[in-house]
This record gives sequence, C-alpha cells and structure tokens, in this order.
Amino acid sequence: MSPRTLIGLIYLVAALLFIFGLKGLASPRTARRGMHLAEVGMVLAIAGTLLNHDVVRLEWILVGAVVGSLVGAGIAAWTPMTAMPQRTALSHAFGALAAALVGVAHYLEHRALLSTAELAALGFEVMFGSLTFTGSLVAFGKLQGLVPGRPVTFKGQNIFNVALFAAIVGLAVYVVVEPSLPTAFFVMVGLATLFGVMLVLPIGAADMPVVIALLNAYAGLAASATGFALGNDILIIAGALDGASGLILSIIMCKAMNRSITNVLFGAFGKAVVGGEKAAVERSYKSATPEDAAALLEHAARVIVVPGYGMAVSQAQHAVKKLVELLQRLGVDARFAIHPVAGRMPGHMNVLLAEAGVDYDQLFDMDHINDDFERTDVAIVIGANDVVNPAANRDPASPIYGMPILNADKAKSVMILKRSMSPGFAGIDNELFYAPNATMVFGDAAKTLEAIVQELKELAPVARAVA
Amino acid sequence: MDATIQVMELYVFVLAAVVGYHIIHRVPPLLHTPLMSATNAVSAISVVGAILVAGADASWIATLLGTVAVAAAMTNVVGGFLITERMLKMFGRRDKGAAP
Repeated sequence: MSPRTLIGLIYLVAALLFIFGLKGLASPRTARRGMHLAEVGMVLAIAGTLLNHDVVRLEWILVGAVVGSLVGAGIAAWTPMTAMPQRTALSHAFGALAAALVGVAHYLEHRALLSTAELAALGFEVMFGSLTFTGSLVAFGKLQGLVPGRPVTFKGQNIFNVALFAAIVGLAVYVVVEPSLPTAFFVMVGLATLFGVMLVLPIGAADMPVVIALLNAYAGLAASATGFALGNDILIIAGALDGASGLILSIIMCKAMNRSITNVLFGAFGKAVVGGEKAAVERSYKSATPEDAAALLEHAARVIVVPGYGMAVSQAQHAVKKLVELLQRLGVDARFAIHPVAGRMPGHMNVLLAEAGVDYDQLFDMDHINDDFERTDVAIVIGANDVVNPAANRDPASPIYGMPILNADKAKSVMILKRSMSPGFAGIDNELFYAPNATMVFGDAAKTLEAIVQELKELAPVARAVA
Repeated sequence: MDATIQVMELYVFVLAAVVGYHIIHRVPPLLHTPLMSATNAVSAISVVGAILVAGADASWIATLLGTVAVAAAMTNVVGGFLITERMLKMFGRRDKGAAP
C-alpha cells in the first residue's frame, strides 16, 4: 500500500470518529465517550499526517506542538466557568489564525503552481481566517472588558463596511486571476483583518451569543477552505462539521432574539437598540429585604428560578444551588428555566449551574417550562432582564418586540434579584419590575441568596432539622 | 489540477455539512457550550495543514508561519478537548453515585 493510500484511509477513520464523537453530544450520558472517540480521531489524523512524504523535518513541528499544548492545557485548566464565553472567542481566534497562516505560507511557496480553483479556495481561507481572527479578538476583548462592551458606532459605518468588504472581495478575485502579485494578496489580508474588527465593534455585549456562534461558523469555513486549497479531505470534513455547528447555533440564537438570519449573515446587528428614553417616566415598584423574600418562599409550593448574565457576574450559581436544594428539602417543587440567550454564549447558564452541582434534569429549556409559570407560586429572576421582559409580547414599540421570552410575569409572585433599578445592558426598561406581582430584592445576587437561605432556615424548622 | 478532483472535494464538503447539520441538530441546549468547545477542538484539525507547512522543505518565512500555525492549532486541540472534558465531567456528576 502506498503511503498516500494509507494516509487517506487513516483520515477516513478519523473523520468517522469525529462524526460519532459529535453524535455522542446528543446526551450527557454519551457525551464523554463521544469526546474520547474524537480525541482518538485527532491523534490518528496527526500521526497520519506525519507519514506524508512532504514532511521532511520534525523539529519545528515539535516546537509548535509543545508550545501550543502547554498554552492550551493552561487555558483549559485555569479558565473559570464564568469566563467560558471569552475562552471560546479566543479559541476561534486561534483556529482562524492557524488557517490564515497556513494559507499565507502556502501562497508564498506555491502560488505559481496553484490552479484557479485552489487559488480561490486559498483566497477564501485567508480572507475568512484573517477576519475571524481579529473579529474573535475583539469579541474576546468585549467579553473580558478590555474593549467597551457597548456598540461602537460612527457615521457612515455601514457604507464604510460594505465598501471595505467589496474591496476585499475585489482583491481576492484579482489574486485568483493574477497570483504573481504578492502586494495585492497582502493588502487583501490587511483589509480582511481590519474588516474583522469593524464587523464586531458595533455589536453590543448582550448580542455576543450570536456573534460567538457566527465566528464559530466562520472559523469552520476557514478550516474547510484550507482543505480545498491543500486538497486535504479531513480538513474539509472537520471544517464542515464545525461550520454546520456554528450555523445551527447562530440560527437558534437568532430565533431566540427575534433577529433574521440575513441580518446576522451580514453582521449588521446590535444597532437596533437605542432605547432608554421611555425610562424617564417615574414609576413605582416594590422592594423587599431577604427576610421578606424568605417569608414569601416559605409558603410557596412551586418555584422556578430564571438565571441570567447577572448570575455569572455575581458568581451566584453556588448560592442559588443552596437555595434550590433547601427548597427541595422543604418539599417545594423547585426548577430552573433557561432561556436560549441567557448569558453571553449558547448554553452558558447550563454550564455554570452544572459547575455548582445542579442536576441537569432540573434545567429546563424555554419550550418545556414556559407553560408552567402560570401554575407557579414564585418565579425568582436572578440577573436576567430582557429574557423576561413582557414588553416583548405586548408592546410593538419595544425594540425587543417579538422576541420569545420566559413568562415569569405569569407566576403568582415574581422576585427579581438585581443590583439596582438601572435598565439592563440593552438599555430597555423592563415592565416586569413595575408589575403588581413583582418584588425587587436589591443587592449582590450571591449575598442576597445566602441571606435568603439563612432566613429560610430560621423560618422553617424542618429545614433546620435536616440541615 | 483537474476539475474532477475539485468536484469530488465539493462532494465531501457538502455531504459532511449535511451529516454535521443532522448530528448537531440533536444536541440539546443543555450541552451547547461543550458542543462549541468540542467542534472547536475538532476543527483544530487545521493542525494537519500547519504540520505540512512547518515540516516541509521550505523558506524560513513559510516555516516560521507554519510553526506559529502549529502552535495556534495545537492550543485548540489540547485546550478544546481538555475543557470539553472538564465541562462534561460536571454534567456527569449525577451518574457517579449510580455507576457501579
């Protein structure tokens, strides 16, 4: 068997392992086994590549592999679960950087030998790789708080971006037709890196779930394009899987925020939100102490907790777990309702609550729990805002009108844990806070929850007996 | 390179994307964060392309770019799989007591 055939067969096995590996993620029970399959696939693919007769020296591969492995292991070991969105954005940047650099090196070495189709793939690879690299870095900066989280906008922004994109595409076409001119190629790379920054700057931090999913898709496409340029099937397949995943997540996030997919594909989102003027009207609301909250919970039979980004900020997942556990010991039916865009990335809340040790069968998707709010005594909203704003259902003038929300307002009482009365990130006033069945409990969510747990233990002798 | 090979690659891409679409569609929202880190690790297969560049008999600049690319991709391979495992371990906690 020739080495080429052998490598091809090894790649085939690796591709199957990737597919079965991702299939395992259909359930938490099979997920870890699936990941082990995918890991074996990756080791096989790398080992197979080393057999390629073009690989004539190993020292630089080794240097890169050791450095990358150390950095990767460090990030994996020390990233707190609350920082998972940042880590994800950063990893998209790394993936895109790798694709872009491979493309640039390939162009430098082989530009005279490449077919038109390969050049087109290469152009696509470098373009998407570069813009995803810088775009992901900006997303990382926003999530980490290094770059202002609010949308950064200026006059003529859309026209500028469209012109920039047109210039990039024009240069890419030119490079395909006339590959011998490196200047055009490198100007394209430079403009694409600039475009990545321009693409993400105008997007607010609250829209990050969509952006992260979209950058995920872009990074996958860049990897696939690398495969086309190098004529390498395993790259095409793995990139396609990643691209499909990013696209599906983008669509889910879009639906959950009532944005159209075209809106997302052109990246022109996050600007609709200019609200805040309406908030000028003084309205009355009720506020309560943790003692009052505990008294309310003591008489409840059914409780649903709605977590949001505020829970992550306050690191309140451990305190909320304590409260829910205590309520359950008191015989209360207590569960969690998770909105698809709660937090800063898909599945953010689930991971935080899992970290705190909450069983995943207590975490319910919006579609599965939304009808139960009517039969619920107390809904506890922790650091969530837009995802429970009834204006999305009722007020056509609201910027979030039409967005599917958790019907926390339908519960008999709603308890809202929040730092202050200031409107949420999007700057939209929340009607829920002024509703007759709503009570605000101000303060740091984690401290408030701890206080409620203490009070509840004193109020309910049964709890004290068990605790 | 002749066009037939390019069309075969297009087949591979489209079929893989369709398979990917159906598999990923079945992943519950519960696991969307691990899904992202997992697909990220899988797409770090770019390391294959990077190895081919870094290991080839090429100019120093291409070798340098290839080496950085290997490092960037390996960060995702190792980091992506480790962090996915770390998250999935948390989701598996409940089964620990029940497991034999």
